[in-house]
Amino acid sequence: MPVVEVDHLRKAYGTTVAVDDVSFSVDEGEIFGILGPNGAGKTTAVECVVGLRVPDAGTIRVLGLDPRADGRQLKERVGVQLQESALPAKLKVREALDLYSSFYRATADVDQLAQALGLAAKRNSYFKSLSGGQKQRLSIALALVGRPEVAVLDELTTGLDPQARRDTWELIEDVRGRGVTILLVTHYMDEAERLCDRVALFDCGRIVAVDSPEGLAERVAGGKRVRFVPSVSFDDALLTRLPTVRRVEHEGEHVAVRGSGDVLNDVILTLDRAGVAARDVQLESASLEDAFVELTGRGFNHEVSPDTADGRKRSQRS
Amino acid sequence: MNTDRSTAPRGAPRRAFWKLLFTEAKLAWRQPIGLIFGLGLPVLLLVIFASIPAFKKPNADLGGSTYLSIYLPILAAFILASLALIGLTAPLASYREQGVLRRVSTTPVPPSWVLAAQLVINLVVAAVALLLVVTLGVAAFGVQGPKQVPGFILSILLAAAALFAIGLWVAAISRTSQAAAAIGNILFFPLIFFAGLWIPRNIMPAVLRGISDFTPLGAAVQALQSAMQGSFPPARPLLVLVAYAAVFAVAAVKLFKWE
Repeated sequence: MPVVEVDHLRKAYGTTVAVDDVSFSVDEGEIFGILGPNGAGKTTAVECVVGLRVPDAGTIRVLGLDPRADGRQLKERVGVQLQESALPAKLKVREALDLYSSFYRATADVDQLAQALGLAAKRNSYFKSLSGGQKQRLSIALALVGRPEVAVLDELTTGLDPQARRDTWELIEDVRGRGVTILLVTHYMDEAERLCDRVALFDCGRIVAVDSPEGLAERVAGGKRVRFVPSVSFDDALLTRLPTVRRVEHEGEHVAVRGSGDVLNDVILTLDRAGVAARDVQLESASLEDAFVELTGRGFNHEVSPDTADGRKRSQRS
Repeated sequence: MNTDRSTAPRGAPRRAFWKLLFTEAKLAWRQPIGLIFGLGLPVLLLVIFASIPAFKKPNADLGGSTYLSIYLPILAAFILASLALIGLTAPLASYREQGVLRRVSTTPVPPSWVLAAQLVINLVVAAVALLLVVTLGVAAFGVQGPKQVPGFILSILLAAAALFAIGLWVAAISRTSQAAAAIGNILFFPLIFFAGLWIPRNIMPAVLRGISDFTPLGAAVQALQSAMQGSFPPARPLLVLVAYAAVFAVAAVKLFKWE
């Protein structure tokens, strides 16, 4: 049984439709990403999932319960870390953990939790004196202090420095390792690629695709591209009849082959057998960002630059 | 690790409220704006008034009462106004603004518990401050204590109900802590003026006293003064207080937003 089931969810604020006809389901033990640019309706969707907002239409089930009708029961079992949700300035870390752990019937060991989140040394510090990363980690700790079965984390690493981001990612993987299902809202492609088992790609209040990060990248026409300079000219048909090759293009002295799967190996081996040597070989893989551009027809950050508009920008991994 | 909690009793454990109350009390101690205005300042004012010799002499303008005894109910009004309009509203508005209430909404604890904890804390501080001012006034500065004790207590309770209802309404309509402070102050000064802090009601011009009769603190002081002098408070000030309490409590409940 899926842990979270969202079916035809719709939510509007006045005339602005924030979320429209959104459906997805999250399986037990997975890290499910809700990915999209700012204003795509991600936060609204999870706020409905955790019962903070009433949907206009559609049904939501979390652990088989209705977030509105069975809210109190559900809140015992779902930990939530919200975007921009502070604590009183003069509350100490230790006091915050103690307070929030008193809210739940089943609770995690507060000292262990502080240790695991690198907050042990800050136990007697006021909330206002913490760094951005420490506040974020405390926020995560508060979401986990009730030993949730599901953790909903909204914009986990916004405002963190690169090291703190990587530490936080490791932490989330640990939490999942303990059997917690995680619903992760993010507008960072790299975060989704790194952490998520599956991703729902949001755009303008709708889901454009749900798949694994690799699966989404594969969906892009020419998921991979092999570029090289051949030693001698050859017949394109040599490559186009390979099942992993989709298209062959010529760019000056370069040949670019679009394909998927093991396309690099196939191309090189086939050329070798035909007596063609390839030099300056580059393999370019489509990323989640390419998938987004391809699926929505525009750049992730709504900046339509010549590079991204045609979906050609590739993260290079040669 | 996840025991079956689907059969667990609903809602947060009771101890969560006590923990919340205790934590909020600590925070109130660390940011003692309510304590300063609701307890420190009235006691200081009492000591200052008591050290003015003229304040302790019976005054013909006041029907033979001393200024000090006239000021005791005014200081009581001051205590209630400070705690209801500043002590209660400041933390609640900033909690809403910073998302503290929203965060609590995601836990088994309903955010109304935070409000309840704040109410309890400010009411306790009010009780302590009132006891302190009355006891100090009577025991140390020779003020004649309230002669009609049940009437005095009833007046205090109704005044507290009216003021705290207004305080909750301010907390309900203020979107930010700055708005709460502004609205609280805008209300505080006219209310305390009509209580007679600058011109006691006894020597107020008739027009001002007529207005004062229908303000919450004016009615409170009127009721308290008559209880001080030995008669049960008249019906009108008590009804005025009941009306304020009812209207603002209903408005607060209707308008309160948790985020």
